[in-house]
Amino acid sequence: MSAISRAEVEHLARLARIDMTDEELDRMAGQLDAVLDAVAQVASVVTDDVPATSHPVPLTNVTRPDVVRPGLSAEEALAGAPEAEDGRFRVPQILGEEA
Amino acid sequence: MSTPVAELVRWDAARLSQALRAGVVSSEEVTRAHLDRIAAVDGPTGDPDGSGVHAFLHVDAEGALARARQVDADRASGAELGPLAGIPIGVKDVLTTRGMPTTCGSRMLEGWVPPYDATVVRELHAAGLVVLGKTNMDEFAMGSTTEHSAFGVTRNPWDPTRIPGGSGGGSAAALAAFEAPLTIGSDTGGSIRQPAAVTGTVGVKPTYGAVSRYGLVALASSLDQAGPCARTVLDTALLHAVIAGHDPYDSTSIPAAVPDVVGAARRGADGDLSGVRVGVVRELSGEGYEPGVLARFAEALDELRAAGAEVVELSLPNIVHALAAYYLILPSEASSNLAKFDGMRYGLRVVPDGEHVTAEQVMRATRAAGFGDEAKRRIVLGTYALSAGYYDAYYGSAQKVRTLVQRDFTDAFGKVDVLVSPTAPTVAYRLGEKLDDPLAMYAGDVATIPANLAGIPGMSLPAGLSDGLPVGLQVLAPQQADDRLYRVGAALEARLVAKWGGPLLARVPEWKGVPA
Repeated sequence: MSAISRAEVEHLARLARIDMTDEELDRMAGQLDAVLDAVAQVASVVTDDVPATSHPVPLTNVTRPDVVRPGLSAEEALAGAPEAEDGRFRVPQILGEEA
Repeated sequence: MSTPVAELVRWDAARLSQALRAGVVSSEEVTRAHLDRIAAVDGPTGDPDGSGVHAFLHVDAEGALARARQVDADRASGAELGPLAGIPIGVKDVLTTRGMPTTCGSRMLEGWVPPYDATVVRELHAAGLVVLGKTNMDEFAMGSTTEHSAFGVTRNPWDPTRIPGGSGGGSAAALAAFEAPLTIGSDTGGSIRQPAAVTGTVGVKPTYGAVSRYGLVALASSLDQAGPCARTVLDTALLHAVIAGHDPYDSTSIPAAVPDVVGAARRGADGDLSGVRVGVVRELSGEGYEPGVLARFAEALDELRAAGAEVVELSLPNIVHALAAYYLILPSEASSNLAKFDGMRYGLRVVPDGEHVTAEQVMRATRAAGFGDEAKRRIVLGTYALSAGYYDAYYGSAQKVRTLVQRDFTDAFGKVDVLVSPTAPTVAYRLGEKLDDPLAMYAGDVATIPANLAGIPGMSLPAGLSDGLPVGLQVLAPQQADDRLYRVGAALEARLVAKWGGPLLARVPEWKGVPA
């Protein structure tokens, strides 16, 4: 049995906001199935008493003094924007027509 | 100036530094020599499938010459300059450069010019280095061949039909083709060390947190580390010393003193390793490694013994699961980090045809057009590994394997000072060979990935040739003991160079491009 189906890949691509063609979905489903098959071993080698490591260096709650320091100007921040208007990013409509 | 340009580009940074300080050459002359070399071998811009090395995605000749002249003027006025002042350098296109394009090898960021410098780039400027331009890479550092760059492959200077490694193939090829004496790379699972191995150059992934990640476009934040690339161990140390150190702009940066890597490299150069305990990782050898790679590795172990080191074999049993854990942790973190490329604030925006197009449709079309195959594969894989129902089995288990790998290293470093292995199981393979088989490509990272999972430093240095292609040897040390890499690396390098009768790169063929 395959670890991941074409329908699942289609669903994941939608979650990840990537349009995919039928040909891409076919190819990716096969490749991801092979990869998942190879990495699934991790579940069988660990036990409940092993803690998870999310980060290699144990630093926690790193903060800095709450003082104003220079940052980007609005102009600099907008310099790479696909579209800008009145000192702001201009984006397409957020809600669908029916909303 | 009497030194011919063809010779100048072959000098290492330490020699250039001496010549610059002695006034034998100017930074402008050195910089011009490298720009000329780039023009001669890198191939015309906008011709990515041509027969050039194509190590660079962007060359800033005017900017580099202006900076070089400034360094020359500062030197003439008696200013106190660092050892690498006036020396040219290439920067992997994953680090932001103010006013200079930064693409990460992706259509998503084609033409994007960042409004700020990465901390590493700021440090280079402060030390007087001359940034020549940005080097090619697999898209967002995902890949081991540089074939996954949206702007065309980089070719291996030893054989133009072969991969230069990846993701930092541009930074490694630029060194081996004598286009730059120094480059910056980044290493998430081997992207500095594996390209160094297959191009006969030196590369170091420092301890996680030793070099700032501010302005390093994130792939997998708990694994990413920028580091130095060069042609000699000493040059690598000199560059390491410039870019390492605590940065308040990076909350994962280690607030501690940088080990004396330059001192360690100089000390190691006497070739004496008496009292040093070297561990050979049993699991990173044997099956799956090419005979030529194992032969060079065994000879290097003989040199380490001859240098007085005590060489013992030991086992790190959980390392065999590191590759699987990595290919769950990396896609998971990457799918999150790459979510910001949505066509809203910067970079590519693709607007599909039709009326009342929504932001979500724009995001989907933008990400479809902006990301290449490998990036899409890893984003989808990461989205899967992090989704409800699979999280514990995949991402959760992978994080536990990470703990086991770390424990193995802690145990091993209780017995030995450094660990060694081949850097990669094979020499450079042919371009295209593994393009449709991602698993085969991933398998090449088997020896480099464990260091990223554990956050420990690693070096790759040349161990010789197999069938005319470079083989790399990897040295690993405990966290914040980066200096040990340099002492052992410099000692091994000194002995091997003496045995070969000169540096390995003296044997790289003159660049003739791709045979017809």
